[in-house]
Amino acid sequence: MGIKLKEMGEIEDSKGRRMVFVTVGTTLFDALVRAVDTKEVKQELFRKGYTHLLIQMGRGFYTPTKSEAEDGSVSVDYFTFSSSIADHLRSASLVISHAGSGSIFETLRLRKPLIVVVNEDLMDNHQSELAEELAERKHLYCARPQTLHHTIANMDSESLLPYPAGDANPVAKLINRFLGFPDD
Amino acid sequence: MPCERSKFPLPPICSSHRAPSTTSRSLLALPRRLLPPGACYTWFSLSLHFIAYSYMSAMESKDENCFFISMVISIGLIFIAIVRVIYVIYQTGKPLRPKSPKPMSTLIVLGSGGHTAEMINVLSTLQKDRFMPRFYIAAATDNMSLQKARVLEDSLVDTNGGKVIPAKFMQIYRSREVGQSYITSIGTTLIAIAHALWLMIKIRPQVILCNGPGTCVPLCVIAFLFKVIGIRWSSIFYVESIARVKRLSLSGLLLYKLHIADQFYVQWPQLQRKYPRALYVGCLM
Repeated sequence: MGIKLKEMGEIEDSKGRRMVFVTVGTTLFDALVRAVDTKEVKQELFRKGYTHLLIQMGRGFYTPTKSEAEDGSVSVDYFTFSSSIADHLRSASLVISHAGSGSIFETLRLRKPLIVVVNEDLMDNHQSELAEELAERKHLYCARPQTLHHTIANMDSESLLPYPAGDANPVAKLINRFLGFPDD
Repeated sequence: MPCERSKFPLPPICSSHRAPSTTSRSLLALPRRLLPPGACYTWFSLSLHFIAYSYMSAMESKDENCFFISMVISIGLIFIAIVRVIYVIYQTGKPLRPKSPKPMSTLIVLGSGGHTAEMINVLSTLQKDRFMPRFYIAAATDNMSLQKARVLEDSLVDTNGGKVIPAKFMQIYRSREVGQSYITSIGTTLIAIAHALWLMIKIRPQVILCNGPGTCVPLCVIAFLFKVIGIRWSSIFYVESIARVKRLSLSGLLLYKLHIADQFYVQWPQLQRKYPRALYVGCLM
């Protein structure tokens, strides 16, 4: 646990770009897209030293305003779906994601600083359980669309702990033992 | 629609690999151990015929004595059925102790997205020569999950030099799609149950691995009924999704409360404290 996320995740490419990647997966989560497109959030991101904002908006209807990087603001770009989400995650310095377990663990495995935004419009919102638990264990930050700019302002990616890789061996061992197969 | 039909012969009915170890259980276990293949089906249908026949003859003859006897016999049969259900529940969760463990036919129920990723993680650590032949089932609307399972199975063929029995991939109707009306969902539920039954009769798995999609519930309930009737004794393993931290999913809750799962795994310690029969296994992802 000695290695801090800053050394692992924060990438600055040759042009000195620091990209924020926003992903909603296959869901419809306009509240998140709208939240990252607000002035407060963009200002906070710029203040934290991020230069680019790339939004994967999924099935959403709200289209953010594209803009080039100017002095005092981040550049904004968006797309709906892409088969190269993994590449975008890899080149990002910060990931803002919906609460789907797929996106969460893919980002954590890449050891990127992560803010998970919980969709409060979902009926059966068990997904916030996972995000809150992982936030409590200091692997990520958990936010709501309205509080996103506070989370960005107060975050300190050095205080995040790397997520240890999962292990299916205990399950395999118990299944084998139950069925009477000898331990290897 | 099953996308690929099983071509090799099905394993024999009633091959009771699960011989109970102590003599105290042997009395109730007798039907399972002694009945020859096929007799399990006839045992149940004969008793049903008997009840029907004795009632009918009692009605015809208007003989009160005959009616009384058939009442007693049918109550007795119902009692035996209840005892058998209790026995199966009692036996569920008891580890198997085979003398020489043989490969077991395994049914893997795949969910969507995160569920499938977790299941693939489990499968990649299990010894493939112990869990074969393997059957994968996913919802008919979900092509991605079977695709991921195919990738896993293809990688196995490469490493083992083609010695393995090829896995089968099947799709199952869902009882209700998102947004479907409740009236039409009665019909689709019946179709889904019939389809699940048909697939289970074909597969008759010895091991069932599932981790949370709703499709696993009818399959596990049918497997439980197969245990009661004596068609096949299968061991059911349920892994609750990592996304469930404080509460079980509906599928998980059903399989836990109804004592259908032999082993029930959770990935967070607070869930294990809430559901003491569950086993905490740490995070799979």
